[in-house]
Amino acid sequence: MNLTLRIWRQAGPDVRGRMVAYQVTGVSPDMSFLEVLDMLNERLTLEGADPVAFDHDCREGICGACGVVVNGVPHGPQKATTTCQLHMRHFRDGDTIDVEPWRARAFPVVKDLVVDRGALDRVIQAGGYVSAPTGSAPDAHALPVPKADADAAFEAATCIGCGACVAACPNGSAMLFTAAKVTHLGLLPQGQPERQSRVLDMVAAQDEAGFGGCTNTGECTAVCPKGIPLETIGQLNRDYLQASRRPARSRS
Amino acid sequence: MSSSPEAARRAAARPAEVGGAAVLSAQVAVPGADAASGADGSGAGVAWAVGAPIADIRAPGGPIETRWDRRRFEARLVNPANRRRLTVIVVGTGLAGASAAATLGEAGYRVKSYCFQDSPRRAHSIAAQGGINAAKNYRNDGDSVHRLFYDTVKGGDFRSRESNVHRLAQVSVEIIDQCVAQGVPFAREYGGLLDNRSFGGAQVSRTFYARGQTGQQLLLGAYQALERQVAAGTVQAFTRHEMLDLVVADGRARGIVVRDLVTGEVSVETADAVVLATGGYGNVFFLSTNAKGCNVTATWRAHRRGALFANPCFTQIHPTCIPQSGPHQSKLTLMSESLRNDGRVWVPLRAGDGRAPGDIPEAERDYYLERVYPAFGNLVPRDIASRAAKNVCDEGRGVGPGGLGVYLDFADAIARLGRPAVEERYGNLFEMYQRITGEDPYEVPMRIYPAVHYTMGGLWVDYDLRSTIPGLFVIGEANFSDHGANRLGASALMQGLADGYFVLPNTINDYLAGGPFPALDAANPAVSSALSDVTGRISRLLSVDGDRTVDSFHRELGRIMWEHCGMERTDAGLRKAVGEIRSLREEFWSRVRVPSSGAGLNQSLERAGRVADFLELAELMCVDALHRTESCGGHFRAESQTPDGEALRDDERFSYVAAWEWTGGVPVLHREPLEFEYVTPSQRSYK
Ligand SMILES: Cc1cc2nc3c(=O)[nH]c(=O)nc-3n(C[C@H](O)[C@H](O)[C@H](O)COP(=O)(O)OP(=O)(O)OC[C@H]3O[C@@H](n4cnc5c(N)ncnc54)[C@H](O)[C@@H]3O)c2cc1C
Ligand code: SF4
Ligand code: FES
Repeated sequence: MNLTLRIWRQAGPDVRGRMVAYQVTGVSPDMSFLEVLDMLNERLTLEGADPVAFDHDCREGICGACGVVVNGVPHGPQKATTTCQLHMRHFRDGDTIDVEPWRARAFPVVKDLVVDRGALDRVIQAGGYVSAPTGSAPDAHALPVPKADADAAFEAATCIGCGACVAACPNGSAMLFTAAKVTHLGLLPQGQPERQSRVLDMVAAQDEAGFGGCTNTGECTAVCPKGIPLETIGQLNRDYLQASRRPARSRS
Repeated sequence: MSSSPEAARRAAARPAEVGGAAVLSAQVAVPGADAASGADGSGAGVAWAVGAPIADIRAPGGPIETRWDRRRFEARLVNPANRRRLTVIVVGTGLAGASAAATLGEAGYRVKSYCFQDSPRRAHSIAAQGGINAAKNYRNDGDSVHRLFYDTVKGGDFRSRESNVHRLAQVSVEIIDQCVAQGVPFAREYGGLLDNRSFGGAQVSRTFYARGQTGQQLLLGAYQALERQVAAGTVQAFTRHEMLDLVVADGRARGIVVRDLVTGEVSVETADAVVLATGGYGNVFFLSTNAKGCNVTATWRAHRRGALFANPCFTQIHPTCIPQSGPHQSKLTLMSESLRNDGRVWVPLRAGDGRAPGDIPEAERDYYLERVYPAFGNLVPRDIASRAAKNVCDEGRGVGPGGLGVYLDFADAIARLGRPAVEERYGNLFEMYQRITGEDPYEVPMRIYPAVHYTMGGLWVDYDLRSTIPGLFVIGEANFSDHGANRLGASALMQGLADGYFVLPNTINDYLAGGPFPALDAANPAVSSALSDVTGRISRLLSVDGDRTVDSFHRELGRIMWEHCGMERTDAGLRKAVGEIRSLREEFWSRVRVPSSGAGLNQSLERAGRVADFLELAELMCVDALHRTESCGGHFRAESQTPDGEALRDDERFSYVAAWEWTGGVPVLHREPLEFEYVTPSQRSYK
């Protein structure tokens, strides 16, 4: 296959970026999208040009490092698939493909397709955990958890923290990401003691980190590679409402 | 092998408390070494020297069940008020690093945590699929701490330490409790209790799992604990930072040289102790199941500063990976070994049978694992399953492109359990397979082939997880400690979390009790020389300005290693490899092209530094593989096999850990004899 890639090039955070077109030839349908970028970068290097910077690590759809906007859609056209798992058999010979970084106020561009997603870590710091310091935890079987709850908690916990939901949201909101964590821990008995402070503090941290508010557009769940459902946001809203009715539950 | 462990311990030279590296230099030059010229005619001589033996002086003797308790009791403590004055650097945020940093933070130490990814949560551990072992005996199927200990020593083909492995089995039980308390959503049964599955190399069901994403869920648990400490102010997290050297001052590890990958700034960070949790080096093969960023730089730089590197050639080749689809392949994807619980492995009986799998009748299929190993069948340990796949492919019976593949077939399981049950167990793995290959494993059997997966070798550590440099601790896959010559499935997660949550936080106190150590300023020669070494190297990489890319060198190195230091190794092949590696290394430093500059994000520069270190490590791996003329576990020397082609150990000559010292020239071998008091080494049999 021969393709035209139009890629966002931006030398640094404070430099203006622009789209640059590159022809790539000899693309195999079995290649992953990132392998096409690899191939292009090999060529650019030999031509003496600066290769395209992009984040990636596991290339198995689990680390959440990769992620570019392909033809306007975060992670590209294939549903429930990260950029690294997107294969070229989903494109056609002669296609022109636009490749851009996540765009959101809370994710400043570092270089080319690489953005700073540190804001997501700060949301977790605010309460996305169970306070269980290492030590003598009770036996794992001391507290049975209904299978349905455990399974639902697991589903929510599969979020990979890629930030595609933020990139897709017209408001740049991280609500799906936050809701996934709130739901995961809120469904388990271990998460109950901090359930209310967690939701209040994580939502506050979200605002502080520069993420926008949620207006239920649903764009997030449509691009989420792990299929985190919109219902998690409903859950978050219920928890939030309940927690805010009880004053002084936040830790901060 | 000497007769009593105590005698051996006394006889062995102790690595000195301070300046260990210097004291360890070669005592006996050359014998056992081999200065013959390369068999490939290139004239490259492969030589090593033999130095003083080394011993694990911190492992307590006495009954094995109480050793860990006794060590914890004997180790010095640091009072809580003093902990605030002690700084610990933890490099790496995988299971080992994140759990250690969080736990040390909770204890009140000042912790600095580093990773090269943009978030600690993205460490390679996130990709682990199948599960984590623990001797809970929740199934009442005869499991116990002793059995997990026994299975692990045996699975490692009797090349690991009994003391360490026993402790690992003991601690395994606490890990599950800790993770459940953190809210890790393990798979559960309808009664609400935890589910288990079985894994290769074991006949009991002791593996805990969270669908096919166990590593992800465990790492998120540790990551969240880490972020909680960041919020509490005990841990400072430095993401997109890469450690490029170790600072050793007055014989102690006192800090690291790091490059901020975003700004390009290189600086020295000092501390009272340094913990490396930087993972394994499987990417020396270029193609492996490891994440693309996995590298050896941190441990290799520490090795060059005096830490011994143990058993570098012990590599695990995983039997169930998706075969390569073409020359563009940038990494290989693992299909969890748990699939072997229900999938059956087969190839056509006849070589060159080109029929579609569905057209091959039952009678013309060879379920070779079930045939050759009736007791364990499809669940034989990884090294055995991998070699068996290689053998049938060598016979021309492999399937798929290039004949490099075997079938993993779920038709029976689907008929027996129903599709929903299979989907429940393996749904996400099947999806992943389909996404990559475009084939539906519910309809046609998967094709799998072995791929490099895990490295048992790593920096040498004692029972306290201390390296030979005082103040340098090594945990997780980065050390060599618990898996001998072959790791059993679901045991790396166990080891990473055992080291990070429970072992290191106890043993490091004993060292830190001697601190705080005098502050180091920038003028200290140890600091300034480490810094200028790093900046010098970066400028050198940038200034070659040659005509080959970093990846082209990495791929070529990978080919050499896979061919000669992979599933089967021979004397002639290894010598040839050393010659090829040396010329490739020379070529690298004269022809590599690293674009742009060191100021700011430069991913080519990051890769170039890692490949430069792989080019050095690769040679040591080959030397180690060459010197160990026996076969054991994942290390298969063609010259040493039983009449039916199984690995043949040579306990008389090789029942030791090979710990290598860097000299800049000929590497020096220090042997740590292995003693077996509780498990008698036997020929492993899974038949
Ligand atoms: C696909 C796959 C599946 C697996 N499945 C299982 C399984 O089911 N069960 C099991 O027990 N094991 C499994 N394993 C093995 C297991 O995942 C690893 O051995 C284990 O996770 C390693 O953990 P770690 O903490 O030692 O290192 P890693 O998770 O590799 O973390 C290394 C850390 O070090 C950092 N780092 C490295 N170098 C530097 C540097 N120079 N400077 C700064 N930071 C650095 C990285 O940023 C990272 O944070 C699997 C492995 C793979 C590849
Ligand atoms: S919710 Fe989905 S899209 Fe958002 S960070 Fe998590 S995995 Fe990515
Ligand atoms: S590279 Fe890890 S999710 Fe894509």
